[in-house]
Amino acid sequence: MSANSAFNDEKGGSSSVGEPEYGHDPASGGIFSSDYKRHDDLKEMLDSNKDSLKLEAMKRIVAMIARGKNTSDLFPAVVKNVACKNIEVKKLVYVYLVRYAEEQQDLALLSISTFQRGLKDPNQLIRASALRVLSSIRVTIIVPIMMLAIKEAASDMSPYVRKTAAHAIPKLYSLDPEQKDQLIEVIEKLLADKTTLVAGSVVMAFEEVCPERIDLIHKNYRKLCNLLIDVEEWGQVVIINMLTRYARTQFLNPNMNESLLEEGSDKTFYGSDEDEEEEEEEEEEKDKKAEAPAMAKRKPYVMDPDHRLLLRNTKPLLQSRNAAVVMAVAQLYFHLAPKAEVGVIAKALVRLLRSHSEVQYVVLQNVATMSIKRRGMFEPYLKSFYIRSTDPTQIKVLKLEVLTNLANETNISTILREFQTYIKSMDKDFVAATIQAIGRCATNIGEVRDTCLNGLVQLLSNRDELVVAESVVVIKKLLQMQPEKHSDIIKHMAKLTDNIQVPMARASILWLIGEYCEHVPKIAPDVLRKMAKSFTNEEDIVKLQIINLAAKLYLTNSKQTKLLTQYVLNLAKYDQNYDIRDRARFIRQLIVPTEKSGALSKYAKKLFLALKPAPVLESPFKDRDHFQLGSLSHLLNAKAGGYQELPDWPEAAPDPSVRNVEVKDSVPEWTKCSSREKRKEKKVEKPFYSDSEGESGPTESADSESDSASSSESGSGIEESGSGSESEESEEGSESEEEEEEEKEKDKKKKKKELKKPVQESESEQSSEEERKHERKSKQRKSESESESDEEEESESESSQSESEDSESEAEVKKKKKAAESKPSSKPVKKDNKKEKKEMSLLDLDDFEPAPSPQATPVNAFLSNSLATDLEGLSLSDAVLSPATISPSSALKSYEMLHRITGEGLSVEYCFSRQPFSPDANMVAVQMQFTNNATSDTKNLHMEDVKLQSGMRVKEFPEIELLPAGEMVTAVMGIDFCDSTQAANFQLCTHTRKFFVSIQPPVGELMRPIFLTENEFKKEQGQLMGMNEITEKLTLDVKCRNEHSIVQRVTTAANLSRVPCGSDKECRFAGRTVTSSSLVLVTVATKEEGAAKLTINCEKMVIGTMLVKDILLALTQ
Amino acid sequence: MIHSLFLINASGDIFLEKHWKSVVSRSVCDYFFEAQERATEPENVPPVIPTPHHYLISVLRHRIYFVAVIQSEVPPLFVIEFLHRVVDTFQDYFGVCTEAAIKDNVVVVYELLEEMLDNGFPLATESNILKELIKPPTILRTMVNTITGSTNVGEQLPTGQLSVVPWRRTGVKYTNNEAYFDVVEEIDAIIDKSGSTITAEIQGVIDACVKLTGMPDLTLSFMNPRLLDDVSFHPCVRFKRWEAERILSFIPPDGNFRLLSYHVSSQNLVAIPVYIKHNITFREGSSQGRFDLTLGPKQTMGKAVESVLVSSQLPRGVLNANLNPTQGTYTFDPVTKAGRTPAEVGSRSAGSDAPPARLAHTAREVERLKVNRLDMYGEKYKPFKGIKYMTKAGKFQRDDLVCITGVSTLTYETVTLEPSSIITFTSAGPN
Repeated sequence: MSANSAFNDEKGGSSSVGEPEYGHDPASGGIFSSDYKRHDDLKEMLDSNKDSLKLEAMKRIVAMIARGKNTSDLFPAVVKNVACKNIEVKKLVYVYLVRYAEEQQDLALLSISTFQRGLKDPNQLIRASALRVLSSIRVTIIVPIMMLAIKEAASDMSPYVRKTAAHAIPKLYSLDPEQKDQLIEVIEKLLADKTTLVAGSVVMAFEEVCPERIDLIHKNYRKLCNLLIDVEEWGQVVIINMLTRYARTQFLNPNMNESLLEEGSDKTFYGSDEDEEEEEEEEEEKDKKAEAPAMAKRKPYVMDPDHRLLLRNTKPLLQSRNAAVVMAVAQLYFHLAPKAEVGVIAKALVRLLRSHSEVQYVVLQNVATMSIKRRGMFEPYLKSFYIRSTDPTQIKVLKLEVLTNLANETNISTILREFQTYIKSMDKDFVAATIQAIGRCATNIGEVRDTCLNGLVQLLSNRDELVVAESVVVIKKLLQMQPEKHSDIIKHMAKLTDNIQVPMARASILWLIGEYCEHVPKIAPDVLRKMAKSFTNEEDIVKLQIINLAAKLYLTNSKQTKLLTQYVLNLAKYDQNYDIRDRARFIRQLIVPTEKSGALSKYAKKLFLALKPAPVLESPFKDRDHFQLGSLSHLLNAKAGGYQELPDWPEAAPDPSVRNVEVKDSVPEWTKCSSREKRKEKKVEKPFYSDSEGESGPTESADSESDSASSSESGSGIEESGSGSESEESEEGSESEEEEEEEKEKDKKKKKKELKKPVQESESEQSSEEERKHERKSKQRKSESESESDEEEESESESSQSESEDSESEAEVKKKKKAAESKPSSKPVKKDNKKEKKEMSLLDLDDFEPAPSPQATPVNAFLSNSLATDLEGLSLSDAVLSPATISPSSALKSYEMLHRITGEGLSVEYCFSRQPFSPDANMVAVQMQFTNNATSDTKNLHMEDVKLQSGMRVKEFPEIELLPAGEMVTAVMGIDFCDSTQAANFQLCTHTRKFFVSIQPPVGELMRPIFLTENEFKKEQGQLMGMNEITEKLTLDVKCRNEHSIVQRVTTAANLSRVPCGSDKECRFAGRTVTSSSLVLVTVATKEEGAAKLTINCEKMVIGTMLVKDILLALTQ
Repeated sequence: MIHSLFLINASGDIFLEKHWKSVVSRSVCDYFFEAQERATEPENVPPVIPTPHHYLISVLRHRIYFVAVIQSEVPPLFVIEFLHRVVDTFQDYFGVCTEAAIKDNVVVVYELLEEMLDNGFPLATESNILKELIKPPTILRTMVNTITGSTNVGEQLPTGQLSVVPWRRTGVKYTNNEAYFDVVEEIDAIIDKSGSTITAEIQGVIDACVKLTGMPDLTLSFMNPRLLDDVSFHPCVRFKRWEAERILSFIPPDGNFRLLSYHVSSQNLVAIPVYIKHNITFREGSSQGRFDLTLGPKQTMGKAVESVLVSSQLPRGVLNANLNPTQGTYTFDPVTKAGRTPAEVGSRSAGSDAPPARLAHTAREVERLKVNRLDMYGEKYKPFKGIKYMTKAGKFQRDDLVCITGVSTLTYETVTLEPSSIITFTSAGPN
């Protein structure tokens, strides 16, 4: 390989720009060996049309890059090959391009179009790789292109492309921080992604771009917790670290039991139990007030279920093979878990000690910090920290640190025995550290102080001078604590001055003798005498201590030492070091009384012989835990760039309901439930268990599908969309299936899911019954639009029942049924809207007259199919809809916006009424139905704080001033979704509370029907070919093989109208998107045996692809 | 995250650099060289070095420093673990991870690094995905490539990256379907002067070599799973199933992988199958000393101890040693006084990473992990299954030998240690 040969030729590796590259190897580069011009041979090879030559050249170039050589002059030649067919050449060109594009911005632009083309490729992997390279090119001019590409990729069908988009976000951000706001939007969108592939990458982007926007996490918190175990390991680390920070801002300190202030705590306590019934809360509140003084002191801490969820879901990751993941979980537990639970991490951390020494190094640093705070945690593993002679010094020192931290009265003797062995080590640094460790043990544990001191004194006779010196220093510190008792040790040390040469040790001894000269009155002057003799040969620090000693002795024992002191001071006067000269001069003035001596000399004794505080031997790891453990900053004990402080626990927990996603998904557990609910739960318990344990999610949904399919003839639009969403849900569920299984075993958490499941179950039960009825009837029925009025009545009540769905209690349903029956109004009549609303009539239909306000045009959710069709048939004034082509308008599926338990009695459902929204034609009308299930009235219902994607607009519904208990009210709002399925988020406010809610439209609701003739349709279709056409083959469901049911299902899935068509093998539908009025044309061509072809022509490709999915689902199930 | 990567060899040359963001000058490595000079031993270079603008995080493997340049806060273990993964991948691809191997395959190395990190964040680290993207070089393929000009880069796209089991590639086919599991246990022990065990722990792994067609779903159950109280798994193992039933259920990666590793801590009683005694004397007035080492199997052991290897580091001051083993062969590795350059570390001992006193043996009396059964679901054929048990010595050392550690190494090797045989060997030399 010439790459290698070229490499070997220049093994010297000096990175000079002008150095020529020779093709010396006769085997491969033979033809170019005569070419001595710089890189010319490579240029030639790149220009040739043989892939093998190009590849050879690229390999050599990459080898040069690897060695850090400058090959930028080849840029034009290389960039030409960006579109090369050979995949390896292409890849190497990418490598080159990314490396040099920053330097050669203009030329790099030549390659952009290739990537732009790649972004449109049908193959997801090519799209992803194009985006990857495009975003890696650090050229500022293409920022807008990158932004566009990222935005598009963020809504790509393929999760892999979306992952790449997430990766591209920090790249763009570092290139142009101005784009932050737009990037945050993309991040927000990707955070909502439900695939594990994307989760890690997008959180990484979040951490780099906007770690301060913790509010973006709320909605995704639970999802992230649940996905965590399936995310790839690197993503896990990032997510866990981020969630640690998040949890610190959102939950209460689990270890703080009683420090809550009374006022704040009251709220908090309830806040975390949002699930409690309101009445009970009131009751309890009364109780509380009675016992207030007692309770204020000891408020039981209740862990937020979300906090618990995080701890539970991260725990299994302690068993990861990846040390970084284990460490991340360990720090999470250390920072977030209640004291009693932190212990679980010790075992895993000890296991990591068997890993590579670099891993050990980091783990031990963290263990050292932890072992100060939570000593008990690591005590059982004491022996695992014993030191092996093969450990690198830094590991040894860290292990010593941990051992010292773990030392207590019971284990100190074993630890000291270990230390004794360590002192024999050859590793000097390690021995010194050991002696210091002994000193620390001695200061911390009073009982062993004497033993340690004796041991250290023994070390003073060690052969090794370093050991002795270190011991002296430590002994000095120890003696300072209780000098009286140890005059013999001081004497012993005084003798050492003859032998010890290490300056620090000598200085320490002299200081000791000077400080405690009263305890050794006879020896001290003698030492000074010896020192005076050797003064000139001492090191500087020793000299300073000699002067010190002289001064102190002079003050206490001037008779014996006066002359010696004079002598020493005189010597020092002419010392070479000016510090020493200064000191001598200063001390002379201070202690020797002369006529001129100032006021200070009176205080000389106080100055020199003041009581010095004993030094505190502290671990260098003390208080290091204010840095997040496992972080670089913690390791360095200094804030690293980009480090996010670990916030302190909040005084009072912020509103936990912000994490409620779509309410049906995340109904929080309740502590008590009313008897009514209990009954309901019991009723459905059996099927729930047998279902979900025996079968997996998909089969379950398949069952319900067949149910709904059996009723295909009748207007079962509700069911279809209902089961559709259910199967989606259960698929989601199967992702976290194992999770759920575990949860089932755990009683405590079970309720949460139970609430969710039974609700679904009851829904399908209830509705499947109806469907059977429906089926029977539908046989008599010829077509929906021709249905008789008496049937209307029934279907009204039925649909009302099915519409009411889960959250309505049976009693309520019955009530409504009665209401419906009692008002057999078979004719559509204009009614006084305001009155009717209170009575919940099923026939509020005012859309025939121009409505002055949105409130005036509520479309009742309980409108039945047939009725609606009839009414539409009558609306001759409406120019758009002609009776001949009108689609059988399907019943409206309503979605839950606020569950009554989350809403504390207030429940809200919404549906897309498919009526034009009169105040603004570009808006989709959303009809909301508020039900007050609570016992008290709700006032001032309005919306606030609308959070929207850019371009989206909302027309709010007028404030509802009063919603009496047990009553229902409907209101209509308009939302301009900008032809995207982005959710509109806002707060729903009552006079007491605020709820975060969101409305997300299915794609089929983003359009309105239009009338086209067959010819017009064909013409328009002809203009929307190519990229704008999506074709899908499918097999129709058994129950859906006639024209009628196809029409039925398609119009249920999307708000389209039927286009007349000559052939009975084809059904056509047309509509326009609400905002941009782009045409949406749908064709379903049927063939033999249920085979069919679905074609969608739409300018908006995203809408098209999503619509294909929805219709496909509708037709095949 | 990871900004750049530099590979530095033992003599301090940067022989490969790769940047994932804008280029960082290689002068940043000067800080590393400073730290390297300060360190007495090559492994004493601190893994994390702060510099004014960057942080250097390094690992030392196979006498190559892998130095990652970091610009802002990132968990250091994240980087370290990744660097080790890089080394493992190189080893997987080239058989060895030496400077020569990397230089020979510099293009493949570059392609690998390109795939493993995107903008400094790990992208594809599973060896199965990487092998789909870039085929490992073999002699045959190198030859074919030179002749035909075809490439190492996989033509097909890495579908594994998209699947739910990213560790397994699709469309695996074998004529012989086999699954082998090696249960290997290593004992780490420290024994004090009197011969009693201070601490001993068992480090066990199950290494697997699975060559099965299609998408097999395996379950492995144990006779005594209670032994496994501290385990770490390959990501393929289903945690929940383990928690609930103590059964390992997994879709295996293709080829060799480490299924799980476990740790039996020092709290459990671990018996050591051999005893070891030593004695050091110094002759007064002379620079000579005598070092006796006696090694024998414990009487309670029924089985023979095989492949015993003792290696002992002698102090730097030892110039020469005369060894008289009673059994087996020995080698003595003198190292010159100037021999602290990493290049010569290679001649230090027979095994490059041999700890001072190291024993290997194959028997153990305490209860060990036993596999109960292995079942396969999801595929129709019947695979051949094999399980092998082994016990090895891990970091096994005598506590008090630390007083004579140094550079020269004494290696002693014998095939079998019979229950009755005792070996002693004596060395003499100036101390």
